[in-house]
Amino acid sequence: MDTDNLLSMTGIDKRFAGIPALSAAAFTVARGEVHALIGQNGAGKSTLIKVLTGYHKRDTGDVTFDGKPFEVSSPQQAQANGISTIYQEINLVPYRSLTENICLGREKRRFGLLDWASMHREAEGLLQRFNIRVDVRRPLMEFNTATQQMVAIARAIGFSAKLVIMDEPTSSLDEREVGVLFNVIRQLKQEGVSVVFVSHKLDELYAVCDRVTIMRDGKTVKTARMDKIEKIDLVSSMLGRSIEKAEGHATAFTARDEKNIGKILLSADNLAVGQIVQDVSFNIRSGEIAGFAGLLGAGRTETARLVFGIDRLKAGAMTYGGKTFEPRRPSDAIAAGLGFCTEDRKSEGIVPDMSVAENMMLALMPKLAKSGVIDEKAQREIVEHFIRKLGIKCSGPDQKVRELSGGNQQKVLLGRWLAMNPRLLILDEPTRGIDVGAKGEIQSLIKSLADQGLAVLMISSELEEVIEGADRVFVLRDGISVAEFDRAAATEDALMGAMAHGNAPVVEEAQI
Amino acid sequence: MTRTRFLSLLGSYGVVVALLLLILFGWLRYDYFLGFFNITSVLRYNSMFALVALGMCFVIMTGGIDLSVGSTAALGSVVAALFSPQGTWIGLGAGVGAGLCVGLVNAMLVTRLRIMPFIATLATMLAASGTALLLADNQSVSVSYDSGFTTIGQENFLGFPIPAWIALAAYIAGWVVLNFTSTGRGVLAVGGNEDATRMMGLPVGRIKFLVYLASGGLAGLAGVILASQFGAGQPIEGVGWELFAIAAVVVGGTLLTGGVGSVGATLAGVLLLGILFNVLNFENGKGWISLSAYWQSVIRGLFLLIVVILQAKLSSRGNAAARDH
Repeated sequence: MDTDNLLSMTGIDKRFAGIPALSAAAFTVARGEVHALIGQNGAGKSTLIKVLTGYHKRDTGDVTFDGKPFEVSSPQQAQANGISTIYQEINLVPYRSLTENICLGREKRRFGLLDWASMHREAEGLLQRFNIRVDVRRPLMEFNTATQQMVAIARAIGFSAKLVIMDEPTSSLDEREVGVLFNVIRQLKQEGVSVVFVSHKLDELYAVCDRVTIMRDGKTVKTARMDKIEKIDLVSSMLGRSIEKAEGHATAFTARDEKNIGKILLSADNLAVGQIVQDVSFNIRSGEIAGFAGLLGAGRTETARLVFGIDRLKAGAMTYGGKTFEPRRPSDAIAAGLGFCTEDRKSEGIVPDMSVAENMMLALMPKLAKSGVIDEKAQREIVEHFIRKLGIKCSGPDQKVRELSGGNQQKVLLGRWLAMNPRLLILDEPTRGIDVGAKGEIQSLIKSLADQGLAVLMISSELEEVIEGADRVFVLRDGISVAEFDRAAATEDALMGAMAHGNAPVVEEAQI
Repeated sequence: MTRTRFLSLLGSYGVVVALLLLILFGWLRYDYFLGFFNITSVLRYNSMFALVALGMCFVIMTGGIDLSVGSTAALGSVVAALFSPQGTWIGLGAGVGAGLCVGLVNAMLVTRLRIMPFIATLATMLAASGTALLLADNQSVSVSYDSGFTTIGQENFLGFPIPAWIALAAYIAGWVVLNFTSTGRGVLAVGGNEDATRMMGLPVGRIKFLVYLASGGLAGLAGVILASQFGAGQPIEGVGWELFAIAAVVVGGTLLTGGVGSVGATLAGVLLLGILFNVLNFENGKGWISLSAYWQSVIRGLFLLIVVILQAKLSSRGNAAARDH
């Protein structure tokens, strides 16, 4: 085994309820190296990290850390043995002071009691390394996200970690703060500390990482030096496409008739909210399927949330049906004729223990009720109509949604929104986690809905779904809408190029 | 800045301000309010609640709840009374031990079996109450007067009631544990964000285990004082004590969701509720109006609500002002 390697993981397998999350994954990190770990949603990055930090127990495989076999059964053991993790959602205690958040778990004592004075000094010292001078006695929640992030890093360093894992540390930081973070990372590197850097922002990887490991479907598909790999290769490895691959027909979307597409229904200009959506413009015509493509964290879902009034715009404007559109809450958007099938069916969509009928009627309830009393008969008719129309396989309207397959749950959600008679339907990953057969059914359903005049905004991480399904594709990259392709121009090469480089020509960027 | 500081201080010490105002009111309005006899009897009686509230404070700071404290105190008083003929210390140890047993069961249920604290302690509340009634044969159990057991509840030390000294010692210990031990800081961390605390490598299970155990032990101690003070183990006492304790903790500014809390403010909360009761008694004694026990309940409820609302207002104003800077 190479002695230069601080960490070496080989042949890692992990299954959850029989479904493989990692298969024969391998990952090595050299001493003093900044190593990027990238991959699509569900590629297995988080699982790999959690196996390493003892959060999950691996089924098979070997882990060597600092020259010794590494066996830990909890994050605290990993931490005690030199691996600190900074999680994506900042895992600190908001009500407690910065000092406590930095020092909890290795408190300084004097005469058996906590020595606050020296703990405050230590916390101040650690934060000053990042040029942060604040009152460490104040509770964490009074500080902005960037400072909280730095506190998490200070905590990791305070534990004299040999390896610091940063899971999307920049997702909530602005440009200047990212700069500070990168300086910290370089400083760590100089001190011989290794860093695993998980991010979806390709530019950042080039700015700070030495090597990259790409994961897909629970496997580590490629490891390369950052200066030897081009962005387009990163993207194609993540998506599992070779650039030259011929285009086949991989979805149930079939050719559409142009005459079904009408006038512009929704138009959005320069939408922005915080870091995740910075400048997004697009428009959708009635009867049109508009696709949003982009890597994870590009701001697709966040843009949809803006359109649906879940989050409030910081900048930019929208028009809908020719009039200014300023939804302040989802009910405004619903009243205007919008529907939103969220990505996370389980937590934001279905109510598992309620029946098919109840789930389908949830959004329609206010319209259907007469002075608070629900018209049972009208409800029954609507539900049965959609069960037939969408081909929902269930024993009847009273079956619990929990008992249905993923595809049929998705159809119930579609039914929920279609019952509202919407003009624009936003579908966030409409076929994720659905078996192949049901996937095709949902796709043809989307097409036939568009044929009937419904405008559809479809967000999908599956390239072929947007390429074959959408009449126009908007590519988002780091919160900016960088490119728009019509059906003819939307090829895998074009889309991946835009995801990797934005709208800059491929050649120019590759030479940097 | 000064106004911000003032508001946030008022928010965190609102209970102290309310307490001082109430004492001022009582002093101006009633002749013997600040008399030695009244002060010692208020302290003697409320020290039991103070002990129960201290345990409750720690449990609530972890984000949990302990509904069993009232029954545990009743059980503690019965067990202490039964053992009191063997001597003061044995009676005391038996009562506290009974409380620790209930606390141990709570701790096991919550940390090992992962039953929600509300349900787990509701079950032990019923079980402890039943056990107390069984042991006492459904009546008060007279303590032994020969063994000196009644000293604990009835005598004074340096002019102040012994129960008040016990409570004071417990609060000082609680304050030190909370502020100057890693377990104490862990209590607040667990309540503030349990997942994060686990990720930080703190022994979450052990911390929660300890608070339920301590709460049981303190309730047992309160039971010992109860038996000693009234000369009998009282199997049917303790009803509603858990609510009094929760009220005192909340009035003291401890968040019911956990993560924020103070031992000192909890003590102030206990005194506030106890003295309010005392003031109502004095008011009845003046003969202007006659408040029935029911009306007293209503007034205490309203007062509690007012203090909590005021505190919420003050602390949110303080926070809002702090954010502007």
